[in-house]
Amino acid sequence: MRKIGHQKHYYLMLLPGMVWLVMFSIVPMSGIVMAFQNFNPGAGLFKSDWVGLENFKYMFQLNDSKTVIINTLIIAVGKIALNLLVPLVFAILLNELRSLRYKKLVQTVVYLPHFLSWVIMSTIVIGIFGYYGVVNTVIGMFGFDPKLFMADAGIFRQLVIGTDVWKEFGFSAIIYLAALTGINLNLYEAAAIDGANRWQLIRHVTLPALSTTVVLLGVLSLGNVLNAGFDQVYNLYNPLVYSTGDILDTWVYRLGLQNLQYSLATAAGLFKSVISFVLIFISYRLAYRYADYTVF
Amino acid sequence: MVRNITLGSRTFEIANIIVLGLLLVSCIYPLWYTFCVSISEKSAANAGLVTIFPIGFSLSSYKEIISDSLFFNAFWISIQRTVLGTSFSLLMIVLMAYPLARPKKDFKMRNTFMWILVFCMLFNGGLIPWYLTIQNYHLIDTIWALVLGGGVPVFDVILIMNFFRNLPKELNEAAVVDGAGPWSVLFRVYIPCSIPVLAAVALFISVYHWNEFFNGLVLMNTSANYPLQTYIQQLVVNIPVGTNLTPEQYKKLSELSNRTLNAAKVFIAMVPMLIVYPFLQKYFVSGIMLGAVKE
Repeated sequence: MRKIGHQKHYYLMLLPGMVWLVMFSIVPMSGIVMAFQNFNPGAGLFKSDWVGLENFKYMFQLNDSKTVIINTLIIAVGKIALNLLVPLVFAILLNELRSLRYKKLVQTVVYLPHFLSWVIMSTIVIGIFGYYGVVNTVIGMFGFDPKLFMADAGIFRQLVIGTDVWKEFGFSAIIYLAALTGINLNLYEAAAIDGANRWQLIRHVTLPALSTTVVLLGVLSLGNVLNAGFDQVYNLYNPLVYSTGDILDTWVYRLGLQNLQYSLATAAGLFKSVISFVLIFISYRLAYRYADYTVF
Repeated sequence: MVRNITLGSRTFEIANIIVLGLLLVSCIYPLWYTFCVSISEKSAANAGLVTIFPIGFSLSSYKEIISDSLFFNAFWISIQRTVLGTSFSLLMIVLMAYPLARPKKDFKMRNTFMWILVFCMLFNGGLIPWYLTIQNYHLIDTIWALVLGGGVPVFDVILIMNFFRNLPKELNEAAVVDGAGPWSVLFRVYIPCSIPVLAAVALFISVYHWNEFFNGLVLMNTSANYPLQTYIQQLVVNIPVGTNLTPEQYKKLSELSNRTLNAAKVFIAMVPMLIVYPFLQKYFVSGIMLGAVKE
């Protein structure tokens, strides 16, 4: 009897959060129907004309859609791969340091960029790579002409991936460092007595201990294949680099909120949401099957 | 740890120290650079001469900021949204996490709610439906759009729920035997036992609110309502999009910007983060591990 009485309170506790989820998460989902309509803000969701899959057909006919999908994939996959690899190398190097004080200092400093916003970071990146930036000043000293790095479509993707890795490598390494502290030191001693050199210790003791973590993180990042990072790209790009730097999210933003093509933008957004959802679902299944990872 | 001291090993160690030192410098340099630009002479900074040290010394940018009411306005809006948003989210999180941490036999609908939550976390309607919804609620141009926009971070709910579940069952049982209802168990037993984790989550949410610029850009129509990051974004980063920009025009645009003043604004926007950073650091490692490891 007492338990039944408690249930009422449990519902009450969930109520405010559920109201929020309905208002800000589930109600917007109903707006997805716009993707199948020729949405007219004056008429609203109920009176706009239905057009079936026309918006999607039109979207895929546009050259822009191909460009942004390719850009999104290249930037996102580049980030995923390097954000797995660079922190791994960094964590191993850090683990090889003898001076604990130096190790602590490095750790403290490299986590910091993660906590600064892309708005702040972009001003800094532009300050360094911009026309009047540090890089141009330095190459100017060697007699080269300044270059417009920020407006060069040929290097924009590399710049985006590179600066993202630079901002996140320290923070992403935390999880590897935690896994490293779990290694039994006897393993190193035993291997060293058997004559293993430093490289062999890394290769046969450290790396195997980290492999599960790497695989798990890799699988879980599958859902990010269409997430190239709106905040970063939006703050770094400009019309001169649209050909290589425009991504799905920035395209949806410009289509929808600047050109007011609501239906087309919703269709493009839905395309992304559905694919990401399927990928995340698959990644969670894989993570559960191979690493016993569950969300709840 | 036993190590073979060989020449190769020694070389590696020195190289390692240097490589990590360079990484360290690369992470601290941008902050230093911004600071240097902000206190340099205007002419030198605008010509891009500042590299490692400030050139000249001038506090004129900071003086200019003191008389800039829009900047302080944006700063104040950011503080408001951070305080209100973090308190709101934190309250929602503990209220949702507690019932969901009950075993299924105590709370029958638990798994249903759980699936709803996970679905909301993984799927969304996209930008346009979200924007139109908020417009329908008449929240545009109010601070509540920013506060409620962060709302219920489902991931954090699950994180705290997992933490609550790992608290010893006896805590709950003992309190119930003493006659405590669910509300007193949550507020008098569970929350006091979870202060460090809740602090970590609160810090992460406040970092989110402080750093968030997009909601400010999209949901605020007048610049007087912009939070700090949006204000800086509009001022420093913004480049007219959609126009047929040529490289020459782009160069002109970079010439126009007032670099020392902008750098000073960016630096001030970083200060609150630098102040909370030591506290953050104390908690975020445990916070991350909490999300990564369970049972």
